[in-house]
Amino acid sequence: MRLYDLASAIRSKNAGPFTLTIDLALPDREAFARVLGAEGLAPARIAALYGVAADSVRVTPFERVLTIKVALPRPGASSGAPGDRDVYGCQQHFPLADVEV
Amino acid sequence: MSAGALRLVALNGLLGYGYPAESLDRALALEPDLLGVDAGSTDPGPYYLGAGESFVSEEQAARDLEPGLCAAVARGIPLVVGTAGGSGAAPHLDRAVAMVRELAARHRLHCRLAVIPAEVPAETVLAALRAGRIVPCGHTRALTEEDVRACTRIVGQMSTEPLVRALEGGAQVVIAGRCCDAAIFAAEPIHRGFDPGLALHLGKIMECGALCARPAGANDVLVGTIGADSFTVEPANPARRCTPESVAAHSLYEQPDPHRFHEPEGTVDLSACAFEALGERAVRVRGSRLIAAAEPTVKLEGARCRGYRTITIAGVRDPGIIAHLGEIEAAVRAGVTGALPGDLPADELSLRFLRYGLDAVTEAPEGPPPVPPREVGLVIEAIAPTQELADRALALARATALHQHFDGRKTTAGNLAFPFSPSDLRGGPVYEFAVYHLLRGADPAALFPVAFEEV
Repeated sequence: MRLYDLASAIRSKNAGPFTLTIDLALPDREAFARVLGAEGLAPARIAALYGVAADSVRVTPFERVLTIKVALPRPGASSGAPGDRDVYGCQQHFPLADVEV
Repeated sequence: MSAGALRLVALNGLLGYGYPAESLDRALALEPDLLGVDAGSTDPGPYYLGAGESFVSEEQAARDLEPGLCAAVARGIPLVVGTAGGSGAAPHLDRAVAMVRELAARHRLHCRLAVIPAEVPAETVLAALRAGRIVPCGHTRALTEEDVRACTRIVGQMSTEPLVRALEGGAQVVIAGRCCDAAIFAAEPIHRGFDPGLALHLGKIMECGALCARPAGANDVLVGTIGADSFTVEPANPARRCTPESVAAHSLYEQPDPHRFHEPEGTVDLSACAFEALGERAVRVRGSRLIAAAEPTVKLEGARCRGYRTITIAGVRDPGIIAHLGEIEAAVRAGVTGALPGDLPADELSLRFLRYGLDAVTEAPEGPPPVPPREVGLVIEAIAPTQELADRALALARATALHQHFDGRKTTAGNLAFPFSPSDLRGGPVYEFAVYHLLRGADPAALFPVAFEEV
């Protein structure tokens, strides 16, 4: 199943001009565990997907609200700098949202 | 408010976003001890800091401030505005102070005003850099002297300390330059001796207005009450409610780690937090804990100009063009650089083609799309060292793209559908956050002096 279809909310946003965070909110504990254990959620896989250094991606589960947080350096330019595509970072949950879990 | 507790009201999540007047009336009926509002953000990018401009309508910001200012002065309670004018540098602060003076004159209000500038002189940053007291913040690269000198403006994010100085000095209205968001609401509770971990966590939630409620609303009023070992939050608008989940989830927002966040005062650890429903619409929070920083740090933000931008927007419907966009782009690039030798070396021109409908928002996966889109929106952008050179390069790119030949071309009268005349739009200076670093061993009293005046 595609992560986008499984998640109840999936969003990206700047955490400062140089960092991107992606929140994956899951509908129940089973889905939460499934996504957390998925190969596609391994930091190295996410890093390859976004073209950033493998050791720069952090995946933090926040069980209380069944959400997984991914934090990574902004691929490409910092927010609003020449070459940037998404000043607020609001549409960068793709390509991660396409991952099969 | 009763002894042993302090009640704070956030007008909304950003001055200029608007809020319902009835929400503020309901909040005022609860006898708050302080009104506050965050007026800034780095989210809209570096332009606003670099150019000294506001990213919200200043008229709307004044309309948002007016009822808060009148209520605070009438009740004799403080009003704290953080990151005035959007970026909190000198021009932003000057306009915000002018706004307060004008509103005060219009309503015949008299109050003690504290103004706290937050610009940091380049010389101060350079001296700290040479002394090894500047470190990258998150994913930024090491700072260079050239970056510092090239910045049009550098600001420091003040902690609660300068705000406390203003409140101790009897300020009724505090207009602060660049300010940590949480500090706006944490300063008064810390000043009154409440737990700093709880105060900062409450501040972190309140700076977004009613964003922690459901339905979420950065354009509405939030009421926060801090006591000895807990705080509560409740939206003023009865159409919204806070739930333990909605308040807990707020620590995800714009933060790399939901279990802790960093402030100049230290790290606020949320891992032991308990969230409890109080009635239908309020939530009580316990267990937020401050791990004090070993030394004071100040986050610096600086914007440097990277050139000037001109763009054009055009649509493409013809499938032959959509299939040959890469080839057309390469030909346009060669044509523009060929027409500008000497006047504009190729490495000083940035020419970009954003292909909306194909791959403009995120990098395209390898290979052509499985189904070509029916239409593609094209933005062509030129960034050059002067506005005139950007205009010239973009005009060349636009004309070349319009008429560029490619194999199998059927649409021989023109490749692009321009929605506008004039087709070329000036974007002005383009900035970059060249400074986003921590200054270690900072002296907040020297960086953020408080000036008082009677208005």
